[in-house]
Amino acid sequence: MPHLAVERWAKSADSPPDAPVALTVEGTHGPIIHAVTKAAAERGARAGARLTDARALDPALVAVLADPDGDAALVRRLARWAGRWSPLVEVDGDGLKLDVSGVAHLFGGEDALVRDVERRFAAIGLTVRVAIAPTGAAAWALAHYSPSPLCGGGSTRAQRERGEGPNERTAPLPGDAARRLSLPHGGGRDLEEQLTPLHVSALRLDPDTVRTLERLGLKTIGALLGVPRLALARRFQGAENVVDALDRMFGRKAETLTAVLSDPPPRASLRLEEPAMHAEAAGQALERLIPLLVRELEQRRLGARRLSLTGYRVDGSTAVASVATTIPSREPKHLTRLLGDKVAALDPEFGFDVFALTADWTEELGAAQQSLVEDPSGERELARLVDRLTVKLGPRRVRRPRAQESHLPERASGWVAAVSSSPSQMGRGTIPRRGNGGGVKDGGSNHPSTMLRMVPLPTPSAQGGTRPSRLLDRPEAIAVIYATPEGMPRRFVWRRAVHDIARAEGPERIAPEWWRQPSSARLRDYYRVEDASGRRYWIYREGIAGDGRGGAPAWFIHGPFG
Amino acid sequence: MSRVVADLALVAGGGSRAAKIDQLPSGLGERWRLPAPPSPTLSELFAAHPRDGGWVGFMLAQVDSEKPLLWVQDRMAILESGRVHPPGLPSQNLIHVEARDARDALWAMEEGVRCSALSAVIGEIWGDPRALDFTATRRLAVASERSGTPCWLVRLGGTANLSGARMRWRIASAPSLFNDLDPKAPGLPAWDAELFRARGMPPGRWTVAHEADRFHLVAASGGRALGEERRLSA
Repeated sequence: MPHLAVERWAKSADSPPDAPVALTVEGTHGPIIHAVTKAAAERGARAGARLTDARALDPALVAVLADPDGDAALVRRLARWAGRWSPLVEVDGDGLKLDVSGVAHLFGGEDALVRDVERRFAAIGLTVRVAIAPTGAAAWALAHYSPSPLCGGGSTRAQRERGEGPNERTAPLPGDAARRLSLPHGGGRDLEEQLTPLHVSALRLDPDTVRTLERLGLKTIGALLGVPRLALARRFQGAENVVDALDRMFGRKAETLTAVLSDPPPRASLRLEEPAMHAEAAGQALERLIPLLVRELEQRRLGARRLSLTGYRVDGSTAVASVATTIPSREPKHLTRLLGDKVAALDPEFGFDVFALTADWTEELGAAQQSLVEDPSGERELARLVDRLTVKLGPRRVRRPRAQESHLPERASGWVAAVSSSPSQMGRGTIPRRGNGGGVKDGGSNHPSTMLRMVPLPTPSAQGGTRPSRLLDRPEAIAVIYATPEGMPRRFVWRRAVHDIARAEGPERIAPEWWRQPSSARLRDYYRVEDASGRRYWIYREGIAGDGRGGAPAWFIHGPFG
Repeated sequence: MSRVVADLALVAGGGSRAAKIDQLPSGLGERWRLPAPPSPTLSELFAAHPRDGGWVGFMLAQVDSEKPLLWVQDRMAILESGRVHPPGLPSQNLIHVEARDARDALWAMEEGVRCSALSAVIGEIWGDPRALDFTATRRLAVASERSGTPCWLVRLGGTANLSGARMRWRIASAPSLFNDLDPKAPGLPAWDAELFRARGMPPGRWTVAHEADRFHLVAASGGRALGEERRLSA
């Protein structure tokens, strides 16, 4: 709608309110007017006309490039903000569609709700047309085309509210419809009476169909209703079925609504009398909202995995603080503690006037016996610890190991965020250590593996393990002196310190993973070495001489043994 | 067969403490026990050298791995001496925390120490950060004693200043034990463990190895645990 663009532009630009300004977009044959100010409209500029034509009428017209993306972003932001009235909000072109069934009484009735919507949008400098109707199509038509005195006067942005209960969708009750429709007009007329004088384009048909209808003399919805359905259906058989559009408008046919959530998430909200500008407001709101939300979670037997507190500011923006938990929870103390820090950091700017606490992600959680003393089971306590650590440090810094199918040591020890590992993994997770079998080849001996099995191999723990307890994130290059190129290393220099190798074991050959690594990747021969003072390290030689994958083999240190 | 421990040098503490030598074993028949706190508390462990990872085995031998472990490392500790590698640990049941600095690491440790569902909290701190003062260690010690979760504060490249830890160790790697299968290969790890401050216990210095769920004293030259002889001759 033109005025959203114009009003948005007028808020950001310094210009006298009566300046004739046209916002333009690039068309096929030069700039096309996208929106005009009131002054420009009075002088003959129309949206959709070419700029040159409008300039011919009024040479003083100022042209400014429009920003449709910015406008769309504003509508999306407003849609989130409109969550203060109803949890079901859909962005519908340039307007918003709210499902307000069962909501209006919270705001003191539908009259009060409409007044509230208008007042709040006026406060942020946007004009709206509000209509409440039993069907979405009817609300759209009324908001866009109704010559209502309440919403007229150049206001062009449509804020449509639709009340659609399951019964109304299929068979609207005339009395109910009249009650709802009485709002924008103030009269007692029913739905049909209000809709019949509207132009056929209120049915949201495509321009070609509208033109055809006009040629046929069917200019209003009322005229269209007078035509037998069968004749209409036969005449308009394409994708734009006029009968369908009529049925949608009068609630004889269900209309799909993309934003409809079948199961709205548990939510508790708090409306303040006065905007709260002080920083502690959010924390205080949280303390009030948590018990409400916990009660709802209890009734629905759910536990929250992700919680967010949204603060709705008076200027039409929102601020969100959200946290995730490891296991579903509905313990007020734990949830308050998790959200507390983040909520305290919310900036009120010009003040919050509504807070809503939503459990965006929930999981089944049956009723559990709450122990009398503060002594929850280990798993829950552990999950709480992970939650607290994750909230403060971030999920990438609090992790649990997860063994990977890989021979490469740095790949074999995978890490996953502790908060995302499933509760069943908590408290367990001891993975059997990988021995010398599998893909780890014994490069030093020619014994087949069956021979090796007959020898009583030491268990890894008995000999201190075959893998170091720590790995450097990047293997560091070392200088190694060895007796023969393929032989045991004798001495190495790491970080400028010389280590004389007293004892060594190896090599343990780990081949590159050719299915994952480039063909130039070289094999590694790992040695467990111990220097004269007893420090033990895991070093490897990358490549062997003459493998055709680079020059002389290089030595690296991968980690110390513990 | 009995052999007197050769490398039994009581260094720290001076002559008066050396009189307590009768507490220590004179042979294999007696069970020698590594000094351990009577109840879970905060122990501080100084790696003799940042590039010496030997302390890991010494510490893990004293941590039971039934419950998960919280392992906190600050950024410098990871850069300088490597990140924990679960396949090389006796248990993979752990939560690893990569802290930005010592302050975050200490906070994470304190959160962990309050949680009694952990078998132990291990925190590696690099150097001598300002955040690590007597108050911080004292808080850890009190929290650990209250919850019964042992806490190990590992100091890499730091100096032993004032601390609230109940036991303070300095651990260096010692030449490993004799490897039965390959004399040229490293055997069971051994450590040169110095207890330089402990509440209610005499300080001391021992060369120990861990096998069959208990610590053994190690003879210096042979690189062989006491009892090794008997097993070989059997």
